[in-house]
Amino acid sequence: MKTKRKIEPYLYLLPALVILLLFRFIPILMSFVISFFDFGVTDIGKFLGFAHYSRLFGDQEFWQSMMNTLWLVLIALPASIILPLIFAQLLNQIKWLKGFFRTIYFMPFVTSLVAVSIVWKIIYSEQAGLANMFLQWLGLEPQLWLAEPRGIFTLFFQSLGVQIPGWMGGPSLALFSIIIMTVWKGLGYNTIIYLAGLQNISKAYYEAADIDGAGKLRQFFNITVPLISPTTFYVLLMTTIVSFQTFAQIYMMTDKGGPLGTTKLIVYYIYEKGFDKLDMGYASAAAIILFIVILGLTLLQRRLESKVNY
Amino acid sequence: MRKIFGQSLTYALLIIFGFAMVVPFIWMLSTSLMTQSEFNKNEAIFIPKEEYHVWNDAGKEHKVILVDTKGEQAIIHVLDEDGQISPDYQEYMGVPASEVELVSKRPSFHFENFVNAFKKVPFATYFANTLFVSILTLMGVLVTSVMAAYAFARLDFKGKDFIFYLFLSMMMVPQPIYVISSYIFLDKFNWLDTYQALIVPWIANIFTIFLFRQHFKSLPQELFDAASIDGCSTFGMLTRIVIPLSKGVIATASVFSLIGSWNSFMWPLVMTDRPELRVLQVGLSYFNQEASTQTTLLMAASTFSILPILLIFFLAQKQILASYAKAGLKD
Repeated sequence: MKTKRKIEPYLYLLPALVILLLFRFIPILMSFVISFFDFGVTDIGKFLGFAHYSRLFGDQEFWQSMMNTLWLVLIALPASIILPLIFAQLLNQIKWLKGFFRTIYFMPFVTSLVAVSIVWKIIYSEQAGLANMFLQWLGLEPQLWLAEPRGIFTLFFQSLGVQIPGWMGGPSLALFSIIIMTVWKGLGYNTIIYLAGLQNISKAYYEAADIDGAGKLRQFFNITVPLISPTTFYVLLMTTIVSFQTFAQIYMMTDKGGPLGTTKLIVYYIYEKGFDKLDMGYASAAAIILFIVILGLTLLQRRLESKVNY
Repeated sequence: MRKIFGQSLTYALLIIFGFAMVVPFIWMLSTSLMTQSEFNKNEAIFIPKEEYHVWNDAGKEHKVILVDTKGEQAIIHVLDEDGQISPDYQEYMGVPASEVELVSKRPSFHFENFVNAFKKVPFATYFANTLFVSILTLMGVLVTSVMAAYAFARLDFKGKDFIFYLFLSMMMVPQPIYVISSYIFLDKFNWLDTYQALIVPWIANIFTIFLFRQHFKSLPQELFDAASIDGCSTFGMLTRIVIPLSKGVIATASVFSLIGSWNSFMWPLVMTDRPELRVLQVGLSYFNQEASTQTTLLMAASTFSILPILLIFFLAQKQILASYAKAGLKD
């Protein structure tokens, strides 16, 4: 009886434990190990030490992919926080059709990235795409969108007649087009999370502010924004982690991260090195670097959160 | 008065933003019902419209292509029923311009795009594969997660905290980090290009375990005490108390799991090669490469692949939205 007691809990745990150890724990460890070896498709070659890592350091393409990914995160983050907070605030103020709007806003989130990538690729097509029709309707010049390697700042200042140096060009319009689509895809989720957060804020704060004569805008910045900050941190963390893993859009919408590599993101880079070039040791080293970056940012955000929490 | 104004402004903004969110879907649907030439003509239309010329040949109407008009003369190609240039007439035929007329039909829906997309690509196979993988994965996830979460939430054992934190830290490692090593690992099993490779690694889900654990912990202790007095076994408590009281959270996890498997892409793309094994997303990605100029067929295929998930979503949107909100608000 006694021994049965001791063993029984492990039996419940066993199926999940076995699967996770085999298909998660071992591969994660293997990633580290492989990154130190010369590794073709199936056979482990000789031990290389940190050679892959130092090669990555001098790999222009790797840095470009990292930079591109950083642009994605830098632009997607503020948009994925500000817009959903506005949406949630608006949704929180209405009674009629609330469910309808929530459903509409959430639709992109449940649909598959592969399918919506096809749709957006066609939206951005130069000849008959919706994006250029929209610009035409506004009376603006049509753009090349996914085929445009020039930076968005370059294009913007050019339209004002100002030339700016190349390094100030910013992300390419092609990458920016993908960022817009990526933000669109995730907005609904963040909106729902914010909406739940807003409903947790006690009405008493707003009533007190009303009595004190504070306007709606001041109430938003002085009550809502600080009290919703735990939600903001959660949204921030999730959006960062998801953005770093962007892959399907690049695979579906671009020609191998083109034009001129300006849409090559880090996960696509890893995929290409591993499964196209079959340099799996090298690709694993890049994956490990990505892991360290994500882990570092996660820890940083946790620290910030513990300092700012209300 | 101010309140009414504020409310209408709120609604106006919600409608504008909402339109921006759904416009890609509306356009997808309308493009999937157009002819390719109609799409190429680049008229900003959401309702498919068809325009063609008709030649009225003494009471008999023929669909024609108008090549040119010279004064009173119109040069036309006469088309047969399949839309090809008819061999029964001269290829360039001159007729009085007054006998040729422009017809425009709106709306005109070309559902044959769906049929044609299906003819080109075995979407039915892809669909069946996806369904098979999604459902087996779901069953696995539910069994392993209910059991593991029960151990974490309700049982005491040595190393519980250690295993818990091991799971937690594994959950924080994103898939792209271990997809290459998994490929190598599955290759050693000879599992590449098999259904197992798409299912077995995913039948344990850490997030689901944590979701269940949280719920199982919140069940009142008195129920378990009473069951224990009645001589109920540990397994009996799981099947008679925990599971019946967890229908909501099990439904939630099922929806997450189904949507996740249905939409998963990188893993099946990498782990399978044989066309018979392709899941919907992978099949769609190949179709995207093969038919890159056939916009309307691509849109039809996209519409078709999105439809099942959207249908589930619309049917259970209230529960699904609540689930996502709840799962997002940790502790």
